[in-house]
Amino acid sequence: MVQHLDRLRETPSQTAGPYVHIGLTPNVCGITGVTPEDLGARMVADGVRGERITIRGRVLDGAGRPVNDCIVEIWQADAAGLYNSPAEHRGRADPNFAGWGRCAADEEGAFVFETVKPGRVPGPNGTTMAPHVSFWIVARGINIGLHTRMYFSDEEAANRDDPVLRRVVPARVPTLIGRREGDTVHFDIHLQGDGETVFFDV
Amino acid sequence: MDKRLSNLASEAAPFMARDRGRHPPAYAPGYKSTILRAPREALVSFESTLSEKTGPAFGHNIIGALDNDLIRNFAKPGEAAIGERIIVHGRVLDENGRPVPDVLVEYWQANAGGRYRHKREGYLAPLDPNFGGFGRSLTDSEGRYWFRTIRPGAYPWPNGVNDWRPAHIHFSVFGSGFAQRLITQMYFEGDPMIPQCPIVRTIADPAAVAQLVAALDMANAVPMDCRAYKFDIVLRGRRSTFFENRPEGN
Repeated sequence: MVQHLDRLRETPSQTAGPYVHIGLTPNVCGITGVTPEDLGARMVADGVRGERITIRGRVLDGAGRPVNDCIVEIWQADAAGLYNSPAEHRGRADPNFAGWGRCAADEEGAFVFETVKPGRVPGPNGTTMAPHVSFWIVARGINIGLHTRMYFSDEEAANRDDPVLRRVVPARVPTLIGRREGDTVHFDIHLQGDGETVFFDV
Repeated sequence: MDKRLSNLASEAAPFMARDRGRHPPAYAPGYKSTILRAPREALVSFESTLSEKTGPAFGHNIIGALDNDLIRNFAKPGEAAIGERIIVHGRVLDENGRPVPDVLVEYWQANAGGRYRHKREGYLAPLDPNFGGFGRSLTDSEGRYWFRTIRPGAYPWPNGVNDWRPAHIHFSVFGSGFAQRLITQMYFEGDPMIPQCPIVRTIADPAAVAQLVAALDMANAVPMDCRAYKFDIVLRGRRSTFFENRPEGN
């Protein structure tokens, strides 16, 4: 006999289903009057520090069709590289920046976030990660939320040394690079098949 | 504080690895929608960095007085939703068995007839004019949440010719780190539809399925008012960081 490892087990995931909007973006699906504003709709407040950017993209399935019922959440550091989180112990993040956003994709599978470009954040073993935005995607047909990251095409040198990108086979790295055009960064997510986005087990 | 006495490291502890053999796989063809939405490539693994160890927090100011009362939060004054009145309550814990306080729990569901209030839903069972189907809570200092609602009905869905979902309530939970982000579904003790459901059956381990089934909790029922179900939710635990004194380790 050995001792029992008396840990609990994580609750298993289930799909968010096609009506996820009722719970996560109720005002988008017309359930008004319960909450004044959907959570995650505004990431920046007046006086936010840093470079304002817009992230735009689409989520597409294995047949190239828009995933028009997904919810996309993002989580990122502020312009100084600090997270607006109780688990951030390095300093206080910009109080005018939430760091977290939530968007229901439209009929074209498109999402948009008005945010700021994140600063660099320390990685493991004394490394520094390139600026990036963490993504989490849930939908009908997705049994467990998919984690990925968006990096920036105007950060080539930093991307080359990024400890996470270095774990990805080089041919697939471009799926994680958002294409910068002026103040807009374009980032499409391909769930399956040609150009399939790299997803992470973190 | 005397700096010599402090050896607190400046980082939250990493999360225990997810047991992906216990969660449903991405590709589960019995649930047809997964077929074109499951990545074919392997996930790329790495130990959680600061980007995953941190996550958003929500203040009590976002919670309205009726946000955890689905019987009333969409009802006209003096009216109430139709159906079996129930309380759903439980604790949010981590794998170390510790309560997870002050985190957001969101929930949504169909009405008593199995009809969702959603523009893409066309099931012939009628809407309840006094039921929206959405609520949210922040866990208290002991990780507890609770809400009042009506028991949702089963409903048919276009998967197999004659597939029906068991009665269920969807849950979305935040922890203290983005890597803990979880969406799941709660089922009801004794429902014979549970073992038939292709979505339930995406989970291979019967013990894992059992973890999604809320227990009837008569001790917490309110006599002459509503019954109660208990549903605890377990999020990933943070790893012990032995020989270092870190603020959020085990």
